[in-house]
Amino acid sequence: MKLTLVTGLTGLVLLATIVELLRRRQLREKYGMLWLGLLFVVIPLSLFPRLLDGVADLLGVASGVSLVLFLGIVFLLLVCIHLSWEVSALEEETRTLAEEFALLRAEVEADRAERADRQELVHRDG
Amino acid sequence: MVNGKRLLVIIPALNEAGSIADVVREIRGELPGVDVLVVDDGSADRTAAVAAAAGARVARLPYNLGVGGAMRLGYRYAYDHDYDVAVQIDADGQHDPRYVPKLVDLLDDYDLVIGARFAGEGDYAVRGPRRWAMGMLSMVLSGLAGATLTDTTSGFRAANRRMIEMFARWYPAEYLGDTVETLVHAARRGYRIQQVPVAMRRRMAGTPSHSPAKAMIYLGRALAVLTLALIRR
Repeated sequence: MKLTLVTGLTGLVLLATIVELLRRRQLREKYGMLWLGLLFVVIPLSLFPRLLDGVADLLGVASGVSLVLFLGIVFLLLVCIHLSWEVSALEEETRTLAEEFALLRAEVEADRAERADRQELVHRDG
Repeated sequence: MVNGKRLLVIIPALNEAGSIADVVREIRGELPGVDVLVVDDGSADRTAAVAAAAGARVARLPYNLGVGGAMRLGYRYAYDHDYDVAVQIDADGQHDPRYVPKLVDLLDDYDLVIGARFAGEGDYAVRGPRRWAMGMLSMVLSGLAGATLTDTTSGFRAANRRMIEMFARWYPAEYLGDTVETLVHAARRGYRIQQVPVAMRRRMAGTPSHSPAKAMIYLGRALAVLTLALIRR
């Protein structure tokens, strides 16, 4: 009973955290939905740990709890891979922006130098 | 202008304030009528100011992207300003600009020409894992390109308009991507690659690394980069 309380409370705290982050617009919706979806699976399981025993039996896993542990690790790994992928995409985007920015700065500086030259010429002629 | 072509020399530079002015001045002296673009890859020193004072155009990146980022920027500049030929030269002064016309001459028949060590001119001694890595790279890339390429990691290269168009869109920013992966990518897409033997000089500033442990790591990374480049789309 004590264990159920601990796991159930943890699940609820996580749920509150995600909802609060979404409410403050600190978490993009796509990630918020992912974690919310997960919590809707995790919270019932934390209250009734035996729920998965049937599925575990079917897969040849001795206890539903070990199955949850296994699935949890697989899920976390997938999330990590997804985040690396997102970071790679972001790095590519910031790289393109940096290059674009340097090109523009070079154009502006060249333009400014040219205009200064022309002005000096006009000055001297006039 | 070199052989009637509009030519841009691209120099990627990171903290090279000590040598960049001499390199730019030498290029402008040896190759009159050629435009020089120094890409300052987020230097902490006065590289950009020194290069501009020496008469180069300067594009300054807001932070360090690595040689690949600097080079794609250079090729984008060459593409946007309609240059016929882009030549990459290192900022440390090891590449002799007097070889540039030799490289450019071959661009009528080839898309990318590499100024290569180990091809007869000059004398170089590389031993151990670094030598194995270079041997492996040159063997695989020669096979892919259908030409003998002895110095695949050379940063002394000339590209024609067709190659500039590709590099302006695609140029990897990863380790060895600027040399090895671009060669694999270009060769597999049917761009014609050739090399010209050149003698390289001692660097004006900085020292090359000679530790055997570093050489082993270099071999491992070169293998990984090559394998990835071969299986990538």
